[in-house]
Amino acid sequence: MRRLALLLVPAIGLCVAGAAAGQENKVVLKDGPGKDKAMQCVACHSGDYLPMNSRFLDKAGWTASVNKMINVFGAPIAKEDVETIANYLAANYGKPPAK
Amino acid sequence: MSASSRFRSRRRLVSALSGAGTLAAFGALPRAFAAPVGSSGALGLAEIPDGMLAEQYLYALPGKVPLIKKTYRPPNFETPIEYFRTPITPNKAFFVRYHLAGIPQVKAADWALSVAGDAAGNMAPLTLAELKKNFKQAEVTAVCQCSGNRRGLFEPHVPGVEWGVGAMGNAVWRGVRLKDVLAKAGVKKEAVEVVFDGADHAPLPKTPDFVKSLPVDVALSEDVLIAFEMNGEPLPHWNGFPARLVVPGWTGTYWIKQLSSVKVMASPEKNFWMSTAYRLPRGLFKTPTFSSQLYSPNEPITAMVVNSLITSLRNGQRVDRGKPLEVRGVAWDRGEGIAKVEVSIDAGAQWAEAKLGKDLGRYSFREFALSVPVHGDGGRVVMARATSKSGETQVEKLIHNPAGYHHNVIQRIYVEVA
Repeated sequence: MRRLALLLVPAIGLCVAGAAAGQENKVVLKDGPGKDKAMQCVACHSGDYLPMNSRFLDKAGWTASVNKMINVFGAPIAKEDVETIANYLAANYGKPPAK
Repeated sequence: MSASSRFRSRRRLVSALSGAGTLAAFGALPRAFAAPVGSSGALGLAEIPDGMLAEQYLYALPGKVPLIKKTYRPPNFETPIEYFRTPITPNKAFFVRYHLAGIPQVKAADWALSVAGDAAGNMAPLTLAELKKNFKQAEVTAVCQCSGNRRGLFEPHVPGVEWGVGAMGNAVWRGVRLKDVLAKAGVKKEAVEVVFDGADHAPLPKTPDFVKSLPVDVALSEDVLIAFEMNGEPLPHWNGFPARLVVPGWTGTYWIKQLSSVKVMASPEKNFWMSTAYRLPRGLFKTPTFSSQLYSPNEPITAMVVNSLITSLRNGQRVDRGKPLEVRGVAWDRGEGIAKVEVSIDAGAQWAEAKLGKDLGRYSFREFALSVPVHGDGGRVVMARATSKSGETQVEKLIHNPAGYHHNVIQRIYVEVA
């Protein structure tokens, strides 16, 4: 977690020049296992991107999204965190199970 | 009932209405029908994802009126429907769309535009004063619409910014013609594309910078501007101050904000935003082809499809018996011009032509209005269908595509006459 915190602080400091940035504290992500790892997402974009894309992605869909962030956008997320983050997203912002 | 559960039940009602097509599907509706902010179900369209609907609300960025907040960082804000009741969208209400969160405050005095590239002659960077003074100024009234406007209405949903209907606006853009600037630099005969970069950047150096290109013939067309004014005022910061590209007819992705670099190139631009993003399965839409970008099974999105928006009615609205239904809105396309807008109040069985408003130019919103007498009472399904001068018309059924572009499905607004 220390490594994560060190990584997040400069990244956030760099990109919150925009005036809306203070407001994004209003966005509260759901509590659940893996939330700490998922908070790496907010280094580059506000947390509202997660609920915005809910609830229609399953775990495979969320895994694809996280991998896109890493492989295309260069997010410094460790490969071993992908599963944890995708599980968190699928559980909290995923497609509801079929009835 | 808590605020949130009230909210949820309304949302269910709205989504129940939006999918159904027949009058028989509707039961009694609450008298005061208040949909949540930015509900597309309230406009007789499929509903945006429930997570989005719960997350969005009105919020005013500095210099803007309250807009529908989709995301804070990067900022993505949608124009509420009431601002489409006039053909020109006010600057303060114009939608905001960014891909990358690093958005500098550019001072007019510091701004310079570099014009270069392997298929261009040499030219010194232009200051804003030089741009305004050394080239003939031109104006165009044109719709700027995000490629993914109405993405949130896709069924099944696709990931991305879950826009409702307001990722668009119509403005009078004033600037200089890109072709005049390029002529000054000199365009070599081997030129294939013109590549544009703005001052925005990503928080991380590894993220691909937002860079877009146009076919050289489009870049050299009469209508493409480097604009520094919008509706008679300097561009708002959030819409590209001090200068942006204006590509009438083409989707917003090409309208680079805070334009800083123009390069004339002899080969296609293949960064992520051209080669992977903003693409459609090849041949799915009858839009212009970007021929230098056809090196994979898909093709770049180019110009807009014909579309319309009814602004005078809401799904579930009660209308007084004995009064005509007032159906009003705006229609637009890629610049062929709007030939007609037809209106139906019986779920598409019969259509009548609406009266078109003043022609503000072929790239502009065109207002339409029709006062339709209603006989009897009960439910009515109101629709509007725009057709362009090239015969293109709005679709009954969504043409689904993976990135959620070109949604121009006809609205079906249910009103209750009583």
